[in-house]
Amino acid sequence: MQILINGILLGAIYALLGVGMSMMFGIVKLTNLAHGEFIIMGAFGSTILSSALGINPILTLVVTVPVMFLLGMVLQSVLINRVMLRGAEPALLVTFGLSIILKDAMLLLFTADAQKIGVSYATASLNLGGISISVLNLVVFAISLITILVLTLFLRKTYMGRAIRATSDDTVAASLMGVSVKKTYGVAMGIAMATAAIAGLCVGMRWTFYPSSGGEYLLIAFGVVVIGGMGSIPGTLVAGLVFGLAQVIGGANYGMFISYIVLLVMLAVRPQGLFSK
Amino acid sequence: MSEPILKVEGVQAKYGDFVAVEEATLDVPQGIIVSVIGANGAGKSTLMDTIAGVHKPTAGTITFKGEDITGMPAEKVVLRGLSLVPQGSRCFIRMTVEDNLVMGSYPKAARAKVKDSLERVYELFPVLKEKRNDLSGSLSGGQRQMVAIGRALMTNPELVLFDEISLGLAPTIIKDIYARIKQISGEGMTVVLVEQDTKRAIKTGEISHVMLKGKVVLSGRSAELGEEEIKKAYFGL
Repeated sequence: MQILINGILLGAIYALLGVGMSMMFGIVKLTNLAHGEFIIMGAFGSTILSSALGINPILTLVVTVPVMFLLGMVLQSVLINRVMLRGAEPALLVTFGLSIILKDAMLLLFTADAQKIGVSYATASLNLGGISISVLNLVVFAISLITILVLTLFLRKTYMGRAIRATSDDTVAASLMGVSVKKTYGVAMGIAMATAAIAGLCVGMRWTFYPSSGGEYLLIAFGVVVIGGMGSIPGTLVAGLVFGLAQVIGGANYGMFISYIVLLVMLAVRPQGLFSK
Repeated sequence: MSEPILKVEGVQAKYGDFVAVEEATLDVPQGIIVSVIGANGAGKSTLMDTIAGVHKPTAGTITFKGEDITGMPAEKVVLRGLSLVPQGSRCFIRMTVEDNLVMGSYPKAARAKVKDSLERVYELFPVLKEKRNDLSGSLSGGQRQMVAIGRALMTNPELVLFDEISLGLAPTIIKDIYARIKQISGEGMTVVLVEQDTKRAIKTGEISHVMLKGKVVLSGRSAELGEEEIKKAYFGL
């Protein structure tokens, strides 16, 4: 039971790590290799703001989410949309270059020191019938679930959300409905970066991170996206939970190993992902 | 006769080096059904795509309601009241029927009327109301075509281009869809019908244009065009 709870708590943040990447895969058909760096950028943003202003780290989202959203829109409109005209491979290379540039820029700005976002309840835990639950992990779990829920509702219920889904199904038909495909891609990247900002906060609160940690989280995001089926948000959530559970079951020594075995098995058995149609 | 709602003059469209439409000139008068017929590969679909802004012309001009819309992207053309039902319906297959239709109300001007428009489409195609929560990918070909037509109507168009909507459908369904198109036209909408089925097109359209190898080779009132004349134009005899 303890393992199950820990796995679920871990799984939700894994889903959050993957959700922005999954959107870019599914909608823009872009493999964004800089997603890990985006997450670390979010983590640094929240670290700096919370220590400079002395506020609750969660409140920093008020700044980091809109800033990252705008950065994403600009990045997509100015750079990636243009490269994508030349095909998927150049766009992939651009995100790879972007990831290196961002990593080195953060190294330059913040040094290679370990960072962590401190919260007063970092070591507190609840005890429910013999199961101990870390308050911090519970908070991170709640933030992750709320983000995914809000994103799902946005995609289902708003005109922009529907336009994003329509564009992922058929770009020509979407343009016939008055949708500007390039603008939609910009918004999708904006949202992906906004979720990275939130994921960054969660990563920073739960774990120690470095400017070079992006790759680690990119790998997890990749795993989640592949298991869940590209572009499916419910799939991402389930995949995150599967990945998280596998890791907790494997323990400290074999956790990641078992997670990636699950990934390999998934690729062999159901390469289109759990929720792909 | 009043100024035509759509004027296509000397339009040329290519795919790379391949000239799909060499020189197309035709008028569409307001409020009637106009048929465009021609054999496979005559350039009908490319011409429709070019008018709707999906494809960029390499020469010529397209005028809609007196405004030059040549080369204007599709997402802007639709805002002016010109909607295309593309070949093969192109529904958003991972979205429900109702979400597909509501997508048609994406243009800001159409959003205010979304409820009324939806009701009108459901009246036109009651089966879509039954299936409104189903994924459009699970529908039959005819039902998908209805979704595509409904979606186009939701954009509040004054002119709708129907590109080979009968392709691959059962005769009874084609008959039903054609009856709906006449109904839509009766409410004052201008309709352009692209067809390979010459007989049905000429019967339905008040004016017919025949395309051959990328050119409009014959135009006239359908009632006045002789069968022999059309056959010659169609096959280039």
